[in-house]
Amino acid sequence: MAAEVVILGGGVGGTIVANLVAKKSSGRANVTVVDATGIHVYQPGFLYVAVGKEQPSALQRAETTLLRDDVSLVVDRAARVDTSARIVQLDSGRTLSYDQLLLATGSRTVMDEVPGAKDAHDFYTMEGAIRLFEALKGFDGGTIVIGVAGIPYKCPPAPVEFVFLLDDYLRGRGIREKTQIKLLSPLNRAFTIEATSKLVQPILAERGIELTGFFNVESVDPIAKTVTSLEGETVEYDLLVLVPPHRGQQVIEDSGLGDERGWVPVDKNTLRHTKLDRTWAIGDTTNIPISKSGSVAHYEASVAAAEIVAAVKGEAAPAHVYDGKVMCFLETGQGQATTIRFDYDHPPVSPAPARRWHWAKALFNKTYWHTVPQGRLP
Amino acid sequence: MSITIAKSLDLKGLSCPLPIIKTAKAMKELAPGELLEAFATDPGAVPDFKAWAQTTGNPLVESSESGGVFHFVLKKKEI
Repeated sequence: MAAEVVILGGGVGGTIVANLVAKKSSGRANVTVVDATGIHVYQPGFLYVAVGKEQPSALQRAETTLLRDDVSLVVDRAARVDTSARIVQLDSGRTLSYDQLLLATGSRTVMDEVPGAKDAHDFYTMEGAIRLFEALKGFDGGTIVIGVAGIPYKCPPAPVEFVFLLDDYLRGRGIREKTQIKLLSPLNRAFTIEATSKLVQPILAERGIELTGFFNVESVDPIAKTVTSLEGETVEYDLLVLVPPHRGQQVIEDSGLGDERGWVPVDKNTLRHTKLDRTWAIGDTTNIPISKSGSVAHYEASVAAAEIVAAVKGEAAPAHVYDGKVMCFLETGQGQATTIRFDYDHPPVSPAPARRWHWAKALFNKTYWHTVPQGRLP
Repeated sequence: MSITIAKSLDLKGLSCPLPIIKTAKAMKELAPGELLEAFATDPGAVPDFKAWAQTTGNPLVESSESGGVFHFVLKKKEI
């Protein structure tokens, strides 16, 4: 009898694993993906939507078009997982039994955890990115403040990329000279990774983008238009863009599968749940202290898929483990970009910004739909 | 001289910049002159704690290492 493999989440990680397990399990697994919307969203594109360089429709496709024919898609929200009975309860009342379970539910943003920040802008959801671009179109000068209101958050380089793309946008509209851009950073540098900070800080200075260090956003006063840090500093703004706090999904919290923020504890190499059998997690969903990004979910997916296939076939766990590989592009504006690559054993490396990295990122964004979800890129 | 620690934070296993953020949050709860200690395992915490103390004006009273665990003591600044 075929094993029931249930995958919660149809994002990049869940989709790759579904396709790889269906392909490699030699007909010994029924693979079902549960996704709340049935729409696959390419989240790295939000950044471009926020500055009017991408259309929202270009970032979304029906999940069914990305899954193999032998994978089932259930469009419903997973409400609770009963790990002793091995059952997933869905919002509709339907239940799914599983032999192997992959948690690929990702993260959610919770701006309302920041006092006063309800109306702050963000580019971490499609709605947020569209709304931010609307606000930018109506902006005609003043102070734009970009701050971080919670760690960890998706795509660590995104705030730095955003200020560079914002600088380009404002220059294009001829209002850069009437606008101050202030980047508030949680550390005393632009970016967590020191080598990358050293590369981008001179460019920030060259573009006239002001960097304020050790500013961890605590609260916003939307009447006075000020943002205050845990460190006690206050900055005024005309337009405020915040990286919202992130949490794991509600189903993780409601089922007791994660920590107090809803991140699922897994072994950092095998991606197996540290306490539960037959359960794996990948991507933003996990508590691994590594970037929450599509590239991590992508690299982890082949490991999780091999683990699940071995479990389905009753074979020994595969020798191939996740080595902490991360690869990010970082736009530095004016048509240039750099990359950041590292893993558990190798410190981050970033080449000097160049046009070719910008084009590589643009090309990846376009070819994504035909390569990554299908598991065609290692 | 006896030193009383008002709050102790276990930040072991957390990676940059979480130790600093958790510390910044905890320092807010302290009264001026009170001490906070933190234990961390991320080597990046050493320069980060030093720089955070300098920038915010909360003195770093101690920064030491033992068996791969870093120990920091910060004093909440007087207003």
